[in-house]
This record gives sequence, structure tokens and C-alpha cells, in this order.
Amino acid sequence: MDIFDGFPLLSLLIFLPFFGAVFVFLIPQTPGKTEKNIKNTALFIAGCTFMFSLLIWGQFDPSLGSYQFVENKEWLPGLNIRYSLGIDGISLFFVLLTTSLIPLCILGSWESIKHQQKEFLIFLLVLETFILGAFCVLDLLLFYIFFEGTLIPMFLIIGIWGGERRIYAAFKFFFYTLTGSIFMFIAILFLYFKTGTTSIPDLALYPFESSLQVWLWLAFFASFAIKLPMFPFHTWLPEAHVEAPTVGSMILAGILLKMGGYGFLRISLPFFPEASYRFAPYVCGLSIIGIVYASLVALVQRDIKKLIAYSSIAHMGFVTLGIFTFQREGLNGSILQMLSHGVLSSGLFLCVGILYERVHSRDIEAYGGIVSFMPLFSVFFMSLILGAIGLPGTAGFVGEFLVILGTFQVSPLMVVGAGFGIILSAVYMLGLYRKVVFGPVEKIRFQKLKDLSMREGSLLFFFVGCMFWMGLYPNSFIGALHQPISKILEYYGRQQDALVPIFKMKNSIVFNEREL
Amino acid sequence: MTFYAVMATFSPLLGGCIAGLFGCLWPIMSMRLCQIITTGFVFLSALCAFFLFKKVGLDHTVIVLPLFSWIDMGSLQVVFSLSIDTLAVVMMGIVTFISALVHLYSIGYMARDPGISRFMTYLSLFTFFMLFLVVSSNLVQLFLGWEGVGLLSYLLIGFWYAKPEANLAAQKAFIMNRVADLAFIVALGLIYAVVGSFELPVIIDNFSLLKSTVFSGFGGSVSVLEVFCLLLCIAAMGKSAQIGFHTWLADAMEGPTPVSALIHAATMVTAGVFLILRCSALFEGAPFARSVLILIGALTAFFGSMVAMTQNDIKRVIAYSTCSQVGYMFFSAGLLGYAGSMFHLCTHAFFKALLFLGAGSVIHAFSNEQNLWKMGGAAKLIPVTYALMWVGSLALMGIPFFSGYYSKETILEIAWGSSGVLGSLAFWAGLLSVLFTAFYSGRLLFLVFHGKARADERVMAHLHESPPVMIVPLLILSLGAILGGYVGYGLFIENKHLFWGNSFNTHFEEVILSSLHFLNEKNAFIVHVFPQIMALIGLFLAFVFYIWKTTIPGKLKKQFYELYLFIYNKWFFDELYEVFFVKPLWSCGNFFWKQGDRHGIDGGLNGVAKAIYWFSESVKKLQTGFIPHYTFVMVIGLMMASTWGLLQFSNLSFKDVFESSKAYFQGSCVLDKQDAVKPCFQKEDIDDRNR
Repeated sequence: MDIFDGFPLLSLLIFLPFFGAVFVFLIPQTPGKTEKNIKNTALFIAGCTFMFSLLIWGQFDPSLGSYQFVENKEWLPGLNIRYSLGIDGISLFFVLLTTSLIPLCILGSWESIKHQQKEFLIFLLVLETFILGAFCVLDLLLFYIFFEGTLIPMFLIIGIWGGERRIYAAFKFFFYTLTGSIFMFIAILFLYFKTGTTSIPDLALYPFESSLQVWLWLAFFASFAIKLPMFPFHTWLPEAHVEAPTVGSMILAGILLKMGGYGFLRISLPFFPEASYRFAPYVCGLSIIGIVYASLVALVQRDIKKLIAYSSIAHMGFVTLGIFTFQREGLNGSILQMLSHGVLSSGLFLCVGILYERVHSRDIEAYGGIVSFMPLFSVFFMSLILGAIGLPGTAGFVGEFLVILGTFQVSPLMVVGAGFGIILSAVYMLGLYRKVVFGPVEKIRFQKLKDLSMREGSLLFFFVGCMFWMGLYPNSFIGALHQPISKILEYYGRQQDALVPIFKMKNSIVFNEREL
Repeated sequence: MTFYAVMATFSPLLGGCIAGLFGCLWPIMSMRLCQIITTGFVFLSALCAFFLFKKVGLDHTVIVLPLFSWIDMGSLQVVFSLSIDTLAVVMMGIVTFISALVHLYSIGYMARDPGISRFMTYLSLFTFFMLFLVVSSNLVQLFLGWEGVGLLSYLLIGFWYAKPEANLAAQKAFIMNRVADLAFIVALGLIYAVVGSFELPVIIDNFSLLKSTVFSGFGGSVSVLEVFCLLLCIAAMGKSAQIGFHTWLADAMEGPTPVSALIHAATMVTAGVFLILRCSALFEGAPFARSVLILIGALTAFFGSMVAMTQNDIKRVIAYSTCSQVGYMFFSAGLLGYAGSMFHLCTHAFFKALLFLGAGSVIHAFSNEQNLWKMGGAAKLIPVTYALMWVGSLALMGIPFFSGYYSKETILEIAWGSSGVLGSLAFWAGLLSVLFTAFYSGRLLFLVFHGKARADERVMAHLHESPPVMIVPLLILSLGAILGGYVGYGLFIENKHLFWGNSFNTHFEEVILSSLHFLNEKNAFIVHVFPQIMALIGLFLAFVFYIWKTTIPGKLKKQFYELYLFIYNKWFFDELYEVFFVKPLWSCGNFFWKQGDRHGIDGGLNGVAKAIYWFSESVKKLQTGFIPHYTFVMVIGLMMASTWGLLQFSNLSFKDVFESSKAYFQGSCVLDKQDAVKPCFQKEDIDDRNR
């Protein structure tokens, strides 16, 4: 830490991809000649960012409870709005998720983006800057700017490189998210005028009146719930995923959704504890409904991408469920669930992309017997599917398991609901795999299918490796999460007793010391 | 000793990984290599397990070896470890021994299959996960092994992926198990909420806490211990294919035969029984959960043997037989006869593996035919298989001095000796099952080996004995099926307190078994001789039906056709599930998707969008492009603005204006408030107002 004291590490991390994008922009484009250079440059920059984030991980001290690598500069001096950055354990892993996924996305788009490659890569790098910014800032206004900023490149990625109904999907995505964010923006302005600051750490200490908390909480909730997405604000997601290019889906499912969960952890819970408390039963209820609902809908999908999109909604249900149990296990679980979903869903979308490039169909019925021609692909696909099912030993299990442990402590009944979702996930995921990969080889045209290329193979290997790492040794993540979660739980810990009646446990089920 | 423990557990994993890697890299070249590696490593594991057995089982030491900390979260600690006590080491011995023989057998059975490397890899990993389950001392690790076993069974059942039925069967097995696993997950949540640890010793230490903590509600209360044991019982039912969850087991016969042998004898179905035995100290304090165990076990023993009598597929007959035999283990465990349950598990492993591998040999001989009615008259052509199948069947029937005799009799003794309705129910169900068991075993033997040949000539001409690599494992297993009971009885039952040590909490069992010694002569006859008589009757009936008077089965079938259909269709469980679970779920999904997402949510949003569009369309019509229109609008605007301005600077409100204009239109133009209309731009007036 010492040698980097005072050195703006985080700013560098955030703006490195942006400068890279500018650099890529400056490379003159001669068709057929410079494409390779452009791609290599973009990959190099993204790789550097990744290395840089690893350096930050290395310097990160998990035992500290405060924000680290803090930068605090004047930005709008008259208004007391500052450019302040800093990360804790929670942000750290989202930063790492982002920086590791973007190079993979660039590699994933190596051949699948056929036109306007340069623009695509520029948007991708700009998007990385916005995402990293959102995860690193400690100022609400900046957070809003970065949070909203991600919409623009994503909108363009879906709208320009998407499928047939891309315009509709892009607009739906944009307006849906924007609507939620407007409420957030109003709430931010209100906070500013009330307290005179937009600093996240300061606001977390500010005692808001309970009636006020309710409205502010709802305003932020609107934005985060749509972003995450929670049932019933989820309908933009399947649409956007289906139309987005493979890489778009990877980023969308892998990182962008997590900004909603991150928002809950960074803003809703610390700022408005009473309101969070008050709404927790409803949020948990919605999560359970969402898990079951999305799983059931996923069951009947014929479009592979739509199926995975709905499974994402179900998995995100576990995230909100875990957060709003206010238990250490639950919060740990929801963060790990977000990380694992980031790896799993983007890996799964990559798999779909690989299939699509070869067969040009997303219809499950159009496939069958793939394993005979693409054995290596089938192995990777199977591993990711198992992760999505939440098999022990994979990343998916750790998150779900911890969330369930947390949930059980507040309401055993909800565990049954969530467990129902786990069963259904096995039904639809294995059904998907059976129909796509197994089965008799009737389709003659599949004879020409090539197995994974070196590039695709190593990409998937990375995803699968990460998945097993997180599943077999989750300790490498849990350590750094301890302090920030303790901080969030500081308020809630004192209210443990008050929490129970919220869920009406006292009426139905009581743990007491009594002989049978 | 730790070396043996690690080697015994992990060498199948090592073998599986190496073979899997080779299989991926050089698919054709390495076939033979993969077979050798996997089989070698599993044999190594079996050897280590043997040494361990000697050390742990006979010298009564317990090995505990922490591996690594999986989750360390302050309040929540999960440490993976190898913990080997007598129960674990017996189970390890069985698993590795059977698995090694199945590996060996597979080399011959799967010789012509192009996917043999993959097959051997799966078998090894299957063995590993089972071992990992067995050596765990905490429930999370056990759950990992538990799910791993489920996964590998899925992969193995669906091994022939080009067969749609195999894929469906595999999926069914996985999902059925998953449903039962929900109970396991809830149990984990419960135990964590109450005890705060997953370590079995810690849980058992908190026995009194678990027993005294109660759930109350709905006008009653139940101890956490009961709920926990009940949940474990459901989980075990799934893995052990007890009634209600049994439907996957018969369909699993779509997989290759060695897999069936492994699933039924050692690695999967027994996991459920093992879980219960592992938690025996907890079941001790949960009388209701134990009653459920007894009931389920007795019912399944009865059900399985009954259904097996009507099945026509050689492997399905044996599959239902497993169902039924595991039922015995269940009710024995429920009646606190843990040692008896474990003993039957061991003997069953031998003779069931023998039967399955023998059936594989028969199927192999009949050119992959599995229908009993297309076999027959094979005794002289495949004499070794014939003899071995008889050995396996006699052991299964419980004919004296074969292994099944000892274990089954122990269980029936326990059932007879235990007081209460459930005990006698289990006894009579068990006794009736003995009759059925003998009948279906005899039926299988007579249909396959005796009578006239019903297969076509080409198949009959091709009928041949299996190669030595398949016969040798059978011979070894038959030794176990013959001698296992005698050896096991001395070790597991007669010296059970010394042998099992702390593995079982045998406090109650002692009471029951000691009461056996006071049985009077008449009762002793019922317990000791009656089962044998039943078995012989069953065998004789099978002889009558299928050798002597072969018309009887047809007549009976016609006479009791409804009953036959009911049994043949396995009590219609599959159909019930289809109607009650599968179809409603799909219609729910469709309904949510089409009505909920598309019409409900999206419909509402698109409605809002349409409303905005409609509004702006209407407003758009004002933009006509004609200057008179714009002038008109401007004039209206000016008038409105000036009116507003006037009202602002006067004391009049809109109400006044409204009323006066009403009055104006009604004919009187007199303003009531004459003084209200003041010159509005007088300076002092404004100042006045401001003040």
C-alpha cells in the first residue's frame, strides 16, 4: 500500500479503458488491414486494465473496515460535490468481475461482430469505464452519472449489432431503465438539498426521519429493482437478451444486472435502514414469487437465450432474497450469487453464441445430438449448466446455499419457496441440455459442425475454471467481504429481535426452550 | 494410516481425472489405457480400504483428518475432512470392492463401445463421490458427495446419449433426486439455525437442545429433532428410491448394465440408508420420524417385490427387487436395528451386484435382448452364468447358508422382537415380501434358463458365455454371496458392540435384541422357520407357473386383469405425477409467460406507451401550418394570459369570475363587487398587498 500512497490508482483504473477507446478511435480504419490491429489494441488495453485490477486486489487489505484507495478531489467546489473514489470488499469483487469479463468479451466478439468492429470495441471500452466508475465512486451524483452512462453504450450495442427486433429491444431496455433512474435522480437531488452533501459515506451516517426514508427508499428501489431486475419489472430483460449480440448479453447478464444489487448494498441498506426493514418482507416475498415465476416461465421457453434470461431473473431473486434477510450468511450469499451468476450467465451466453454462429438458430428444437460433433463444447456447456443448477462444488451452489441459510433464520417457509426454484432450475436447464446436446443425430447439416476453436476453448475454460474455483474455495472471496458486511449489518444487528416479528414468525413458529 | 485414508478416498478421483484427460486428448489411442488406469486406481483404493478396515474396523481406531476449510465466515465454519469410523470403513470397503469388480467387468462388457473411456471416467468419479460422502463428518460435505453421486448417476444413466429414452430417464433420476434434496437443503438450514454447525459430532452433542427446541403452531408442537430427522428421511427416500420417489430407479435401467450394478449395490441407492445410519444417534430421539421410516420401508419392501413379479424386462425385475430390499434396510433402521440394516446392506451389495452383472452377462449372451419372454432354455449354453445367477437368486431369497439368509433373518428378528403395531406390520410385510421375492427370482431364472428357447434361431446360435474378464468378477462376487453372510454375522451382529463401537447409538437396540432370547419356542418357529418356508413356497409357485403348468399365469392375468394392470403399471405412480405435477407446472409456466409477462406486464407498459402516443398524435393536429390558426391560438393564449394576470393583481378569485360571468350570461351584467375592479397598476395598492 505504501508505495502507492497518494497515487490515483482507481482513477487510472477507471479511465484507462476510456483513453484506450480514444486511442482506438484514432487508429485509421482501412478495410481488411487494420481490423486486426484495432482488435489487438482493444484487447491489450482491456488486458492491462485487468492486470491493474489484480494489482489493486493484491494491495487490498481485507482486514480494514474503511474504504481503501480513497481519492477525494474538489469537483464542483461551490456546490460541495466532490470527486471521491474508494473501494471496499464488495466493490473490489465487482471491479474484478468487470475487468476480467471485458477482455473475455472482446475475445468473444473476435469473429462474431462482422461490421463496424472499431465502433463496437470503442463502445465496449467506454462501457467498461462507466461500469468501473459506478462500482468505485463514493459520491451519489457521480454514481448516478456512471450508472446512467452505461445505458448509452449498451443501447448502441443492442441497437446496432443486435438481432432482427433490435430497435424495439434497445428502446425498451433504455426507457425501462431510464424510468427507474429518474426516480433515483429526484431522490438524489432531494438528498442533496436536504443534507447539503452527496458523499456516500457521509450520507450513510445521516439519520433520516422514518417517513422520509420510505419515499427515498422507494425511489432508489425503483431504479435498482428494474436494473436487477426483480419481478415484476423484469420484462425488458428477456427482450434485450434475445436481441443483443452475444457479447452484449454477456455484459448485460454478467455485470450490468449486478449494479442493481450493488446499489441495494451500497445505498438502500446503509442509508435507509428503517425503510429497508419495513419493506423487507415485501421484497423477500417478491423475490420468492420472482424465483418461482421466472423458473416456471423458463420451463416453457423454446428460445435458448430467453430461457437463460429467465433463469437469470430467478437467480437474481436469490440475490434480493439474501440481501433483505439482513443476515451475514444472506448478504455473503447474495454477493457470491451475483459473482457466480456473473461468471455463469456470461459463460452460458457465450455458449449460446458459439452455437448460434454455427447453426444460426436460437430455437431449442432446431438442435439435437450436438455432442457427437462438438464433444469439448458439450463438456464446457455441461459444466456451466451444472453451475446454473447450483450443484455443490460449483459457484452456483455457494451463493444459493448461503442465501438459504440466511433465509431460514428469518422464515423457514420462504426456504421452501426458494427451494422450489432450485428444483425447477434443474428441470429447465437439464431439459435444455438434453434437447440441444443429447439425442439422436437426425440433422444432417450438423455433420459439418466444428468443435471449439482454440480461442473459444480457452475462453470457456476460463469461465469453467472460475466457476469451480468459486465453488471449491469460496474462502478467497469471503475474507474480504467480512468487514463491509459487518458495517452494513451494524444497524441491523441491533435490531435482530425486531426483525423476527416482521416475518410474523412469532405467530406461526416459535423457537423456545420447552420440553416436549 | 492417513496415507491409506487419503489414497482410498482420492485414488478413484485421480484415476478418473487422468482417464478423462486422456480421453479428451487422444480419444482413440487411449481407450485401453483409460481402462487400465481407472481400474487400477479403483483396485488400489479397494486395497487401501482393506488395510483401513483392518485398522479401523478390527483394531477400533478412528481416523480424523481435516483437509481444508471450505467456508470460514466467523459464525459459519465448514471444514472438509476425512473422518473414518467403523461405519464409514465398512461402507468404504463395500463401495471400493464392488466398484473395482464393476470396473473390471466393464472392460469386457463395454469393449465395443466407442465411449468406453468416458464410461470408465464416470464410473471412477461415481465411486469417488460416494467415498467422499462416506468419509464426511459434516453434513455439507456429505451433501457435496450426495449431489455428486446424483450427477454421475445422471451422466451414467444417460450414457447412451443418442437414445432419447436414456436421456429422459437420466433427467428423471436427477430431478427426482433433486426434489428429495430440497428436504436435505431445508434440513441444513434448520440445523444451522438451531445448532449453528454442520459437524455431526457437534449436532449429536446438541441432542438435548434439538429435542427441547420445538416448533409450535397449528395447535401442536413438534421438536426440531423430529423435523430434522423427517427431512433427512425424505432426502434418503429420494436417493434410496423408496416408495414415492422410486420411479426413477426402474427407468434408470436405460443405462448400461454395469452402471445399474454399481447404482444398486454400492454407490447410490445405499447412500440413503447410509445417511440414516450416519445420523442414527439423532433418529434415536425422533420416534415419529422412525415410525415414518418403518412405514415407508415396509411399504416399499412389499411394493417393490410385488411389482417385480409382473415386470418383463430382466433388469427391471432386479431393479424393483432392489427397491424392496432397501425397504428392509429402511424399516430395520427405523426399528433401531442399525447393525442389521448395515449387515443387509453389505450382503445385498454382493448378491445384487452379482445378479446385475449376471443379468448383464445374460443380456450380452442374448445379443442385447432384455425381455424375459424372448429368452429361455439358456442353461446349457451358458452354464457358468446360469450357476452364478442361481447363487445370487438363492442369496436374495434368503435360503439358508447363503448370505441373504443371515441378514434378512436378523432384520425379521428385529421386526418380530420390537413391540408395537409398526414392528409387527414391518414383520408381516417383510414376510410376505419374502414370498414375492422367491417368486420373482424363480420366475426370472425359469424364464431365462429353462423351458424352451423363445429367442429366434440367429440369437440362439450366437448364444455364448461371456469372456473371462466378465466371469471372474462374477465368481468373486458369488463367493461373497455365499460366504458373506456367515462371516458378516459373526462380525457385525454377534460382536456388534465391540465392532461398531460408537458408530451407532445402540442403546435401544440392545433392549430389543436381548428380548429376543426370551422368545418362546412357538414364536421362534415363526421367526426362524417361517421365512424359509415362505421362500420355498414362492420358489415352488414360480416353478409351477413357469415350468409345470405354464397356462396358469395367463389365466390369472385374465381373471384379475385390473389388479394385474395396477401392479404392472407400478401402482400408477408415473401417471399420477404426470397429472398432478408435470402438466400443471407446464400450464402454469405457459400461463405466466403468455398472460403474465406478455399480456399483463408488457401489455400494461405498451398501453402506457400507446396512451402517450395517442396524446401526442392529437396534439400534433394543432400544427396545421395555417397562419390564421396560429393567430387564433395566439389570441386565445394572450387572452388567457391577461385574464390570469388580471386575476393575479386583483382580489378576485376564479370563483368570482365564474359566478359573475354566469350572471352575465344569464342577463345581468352588474358586478356585485364594484370596488373589486380597481385600477390594478396603482403603486400604493401593490405595496399594500405586499405588506
